[in-house]
Amino acid sequence: MLEVAMPEAAAAPALPIGASGRNSVGWPGMLCLIATESSLFAYLLFSYYYMALQHGPEWLPERHPSIALAGPNTLVLLASSAAVWWGEAGIKHARRGQHLIGLGAGIALGVTFLVVQGFEWKAKPFRLDTSSYGSLFFTVTGFHMAHVLVGVLVLATVFLWSVLGYFSPRHHARMTIASIYWHFVDVVWLFVFSTFYLSPWVLA
Amino acid sequence: MTALGEARRPRIVRATPDFPGPRLQALWETAPGLKGWLGTVDHKEIGLRYIVTAFAFLIAGGVEALVMRLQLAGPGRQLLTPEAYDQLFTMHGVTMIFLYASPVLTGFSNYLWPLLLGARDMAFPRLNALSYWIYLAAGLFLYAGFVVGRGPDDGWFNYVPYAARDFNPGVNIDIYALGLILLGISTTVGAANFVVTFLRLRAPGMSVNRVPIMIWGTLTASVANLLAVPAVSLAFFLLWMDRQFGTHFFDASQGQPLLWQHLFWLFGHPWVYAIVLPAMGMVSDGLPTFCRRPLVGYTAVALATVATMALGFGVWVHHMFAVGIPAMAASFFSGASLVITVPSAVAVFAWTATIWTGRVAVTTAFLFYASMIVLFVLGGVSGVMTASAPVDWQLTDTYFIVAHLHYVLIGINVFPVVGAIYYWFPKFSGRRLSETLGYWNFWVMFVGFNLCFLPMHWLGLMGMPRRIYTYPAGMGWDASNLVVSVGGFLFAAGVALLIVNVLVSLRRGKPAGPNPWDAPTLEWSVPSPPPPYNFAVIPTVGSRHPLWEGRIESAPGRSSLTEGLLLDQGRETVGTSALDAEPDLILQMPEDTTAPFWLAVGLAVAFGFALPHAWTGVAAGLVIAGLALIVWFWPRQIRGRPQAAEPIDA
Amino acid sequence: MTGAPAPLGYLQTAGPHADPATALTWGLLIISVVVVVIMTALVAAGVVVRRAPRGADAALREGPNAHGWFYIGLPLTCITLVVSAIWTFQVLAAVNSPAGQPALTIQVVGHQWWWEVRYEGKAPGEGFVTANEIHIPAGRPVLVEVTGADVIHSFWIPALAGKTDTIPGRMNLTWLQADHPGLYRGQCTEYCGAQHAHMAVYAIADAPAAFEAWRQAQLAPAPAPVAPQAIAGAQVFQAHCSACHAVRGTEAAGIVGPDLTHLMSRQTLAAGALPNGEASLAGWVSNPQAIKPEAKMPATNLSGPELNAVVAYLETLK
Repeated sequence: MLEVAMPEAAAAPALPIGASGRNSVGWPGMLCLIATESSLFAYLLFSYYYMALQHGPEWLPERHPSIALAGPNTLVLLASSAAVWWGEAGIKHARRGQHLIGLGAGIALGVTFLVVQGFEWKAKPFRLDTSSYGSLFFTVTGFHMAHVLVGVLVLATVFLWSVLGYFSPRHHARMTIASIYWHFVDVVWLFVFSTFYLSPWVLA
Repeated sequence: MTALGEARRPRIVRATPDFPGPRLQALWETAPGLKGWLGTVDHKEIGLRYIVTAFAFLIAGGVEALVMRLQLAGPGRQLLTPEAYDQLFTMHGVTMIFLYASPVLTGFSNYLWPLLLGARDMAFPRLNALSYWIYLAAGLFLYAGFVVGRGPDDGWFNYVPYAARDFNPGVNIDIYALGLILLGISTTVGAANFVVTFLRLRAPGMSVNRVPIMIWGTLTASVANLLAVPAVSLAFFLLWMDRQFGTHFFDASQGQPLLWQHLFWLFGHPWVYAIVLPAMGMVSDGLPTFCRRPLVGYTAVALATVATMALGFGVWVHHMFAVGIPAMAASFFSGASLVITVPSAVAVFAWTATIWTGRVAVTTAFLFYASMIVLFVLGGVSGVMTASAPVDWQLTDTYFIVAHLHYVLIGINVFPVVGAIYYWFPKFSGRRLSETLGYWNFWVMFVGFNLCFLPMHWLGLMGMPRRIYTYPAGMGWDASNLVVSVGGFLFAAGVALLIVNVLVSLRRGKPAGPNPWDAPTLEWSVPSPPPPYNFAVIPTVGSRHPLWEGRIESAPGRSSLTEGLLLDQGRETVGTSALDAEPDLILQMPEDTTAPFWLAVGLAVAFGFALPHAWTGVAAGLVIAGLALIVWFWPRQIRGRPQAAEPIDA
Repeated sequence: MTGAPAPLGYLQTAGPHADPATALTWGLLIISVVVVVIMTALVAAGVVVRRAPRGADAALREGPNAHGWFYIGLPLTCITLVVSAIWTFQVLAAVNSPAGQPALTIQVVGHQWWWEVRYEGKAPGEGFVTANEIHIPAGRPVLVEVTGADVIHSFWIPALAGKTDTIPGRMNLTWLQADHPGLYRGQCTEYCGAQHAHMAVYAIADAPAAFEAWRQAQLAPAPAPVAPQAIAGAQVFQAHCSACHAVRGTEAAGIVGPDLTHLMSRQTLAAGALPNGEASLAGWVSNPQAIKPEAKMPATNLSGPELNAVVAYLETLK
């Protein structure tokens, strides 16, 4: 029946046992999560633009929202992405110091972002229930902050596992998966930032 | 081979009854007792649980419908108060659409996917368990309000502002909002599981053009779910915020009531396809078995499946033709909705051609599948009518729509699903369903269904609005409504015959053997019911019809089913590349664990306490969920230290 | 109320804003029936003709590729769809661009669970408000601005036009034009709560002269009651009903419920739930909840004499 007869006790090519990085099932699993989370943010921003379009320019509480906090904070988040990327390169090349420093710096910068966002929230003259703009601002940025918080927790867990020696240069799928999630959270911020802080400048 | 290392060269062996089955049985079997029952990650067990639970909800939703039909059997009847009727029609819709139609297909896909694909489980077995437990929790959550008279009462699409707190102050809508967000988690993780299983767990040689159409159907539906479910989860979250924290997303003064409709239908329309495409796949795979030939136009049908879904994302506004949209938009969405007919027509012609060029073995399963073609056409043409905006302005929100959506959902979901039960029950149980009872089952259901729903078209054309708890005499609706009610009970009798058949045949059915229908796909190559490890050796697939090889020209013999990779060093299956399914990895599959159960419990507790803002309870639920996550994700192997390089879970 | 076998049916319509869609409805309906008959016949015939002999196991065979089914079926499908689409676009254009200026513009506001109908008039004092019955001059285009007061309803008089949702905070436009004088029933068709079922509306097309007479009558304030019982009833009304209901020419100016200035000129009560008349009035006023459970009008708890008096007063509101 067989096209190529396979004798008893023949052997297949050597197959790696367990995933090393992107060949894990977790990797496409994380990509699925990112797809669904991207949709979530797309619908959030759709809600913003729909509301803005229906209400007209008077709907915006500030025609020129200040980027004094959010602008530098964007750089903080981008820097944390770079740090995590550098840390991931460390584990791949068995540079444990680089790995832990990069990961640790990424976590610290993520926490910094959250703290600055807290001040940004306090600085706003409107509240969640003031207007539909206020509802959207705090909900969308709140959703993003929740994602940053989850990202920080995930990175911290990975950091702990790394310290405990659960990874090797060949087996670090969870580091790879955690870092793509972190990059995703950062990219989403660029869309959120552009929507709330930049688009009014252009549209007003 | 010795213990696990970094890599292994698995032997290729021929499976015999003694080898390697018993060893695999010990590795894969679920432990007896409650812990095993709560902890199993076997996709077959989870799939059956899904199917049984979904049928329980089908019966609940059916009883709700029958009570409504008693109320509507004649004009001015006073069996139900308006509030009771409103909760009934809402729960009927919620139940059938969210708790039956999608989960039942998830159940079949869960049971069948690894068997169809030649794998030993889904890509994420524990996520699979989680998906089921959350589904069960969400179903109970949604019903908790209803049983104490506080169920959702604004219809399944729950339009604002009526769903806002000003007009609907009770807990009814909050239960719906939180329950659906909870259910959304289940749907999402389940969808991701199917996508990854498709990408990574197909048997060696099962390239993308060799997978059964049902795989295409579920895959397409899963991708759609990943992209669409966030819209409805978000809509319900924003609504809950509006109701509980004074935000202004949907109120008329500051927000936008229509934003709700956009978000809901951005989800709702793709969802309609998600709950029919896998069922269409069942028919595409089942009909050929009974027509004794391969499906006509496999590639066309597979592409049509994907095309239907892609187009399905661009037509949501046809649910909103009457909200006052510009003529240009009405034209666009009318046109786009009409175009969806084309891929549907591809499937219809493929099925009909398969019948006309085959030799038909008329079984109960075949009757359900073939009748589905007719019901699909009927539901399709009434859909074409509603796609035309000016016609829809008259048809929408009348019984014509009720008729249309039931032809779609019962015709393209329930009929194929019942057919699938007749088809796969032998695989599930090792026994066949009674064909004699089956014929009665089919004809009673078919006649009852059409008696119930065909006259609804007429009622719609005579102007009967949907969602009215009573109507006056003299509207020209009385006789038709009586016929509809009689048909409804006849249809229910047909469903009862199915249940009787299942219960009787579980004990007394004829033994089925591995392949009672002489069907072509991999699930029929293993015993009925399949062993916990599915395949003794990993099969290699060489055609679209592995069990018909050598008997038809399009499937020359190349598959290897009894001889293949020996993977018996723990729970293992093989990972293959995404397109051409070349083996590239030995996947270590997880052991049974109750972590998914506890995670679902934790989430359900958190959602339950969120209803009355009992934040301590919410925190307790989240702590349970967090602990479950820690247990779930704690690594099992220390890789980074030389002295502990060997895995500890072999 | 009419002789029509199905007052809400729309297979026969009576005005230029409905007729083009009606023709299209018939056209698509006929196409649909033909398609269903053909495909059902094909499937059924296929099963009969190709059925394997009983008892014999049908042998497996490759079969022809049968792509001819696609080559014939899909072009036919596409031609049908293109024809349907072009016809749809034509009808959309016809329904959306009415010829000429409206003879009259009115506002319709959907409430839980009744219809407010406002005739603004050209100058102050020329406007009036009524409920649940819309009078229009036959043969003349009437522009209707619809909105919702509380939740979303849908305004639908099938013989004259398709549905238009009444959405709070938003104004939608539709047209009503009846070819001939007559009574055209309508109904709310967006689920709006407990009494969605009892939310009828009537369009009454009058000959132009009759319409003008009706309009003049509606413009007049309510006549002062003369009979002693009616005078007593007016006081009861002022005490118990005026917070919600308005009667022009009196101090009653409530805006929660329907304007009752010319209540007795209407054919039904409570948005079509009851025929208008003394017995219905008494039943409705004494206990609306028995007729429309959860309606916004509470039971009035009037004594027998008070009830009789207020009904006598209401009967003067002609």
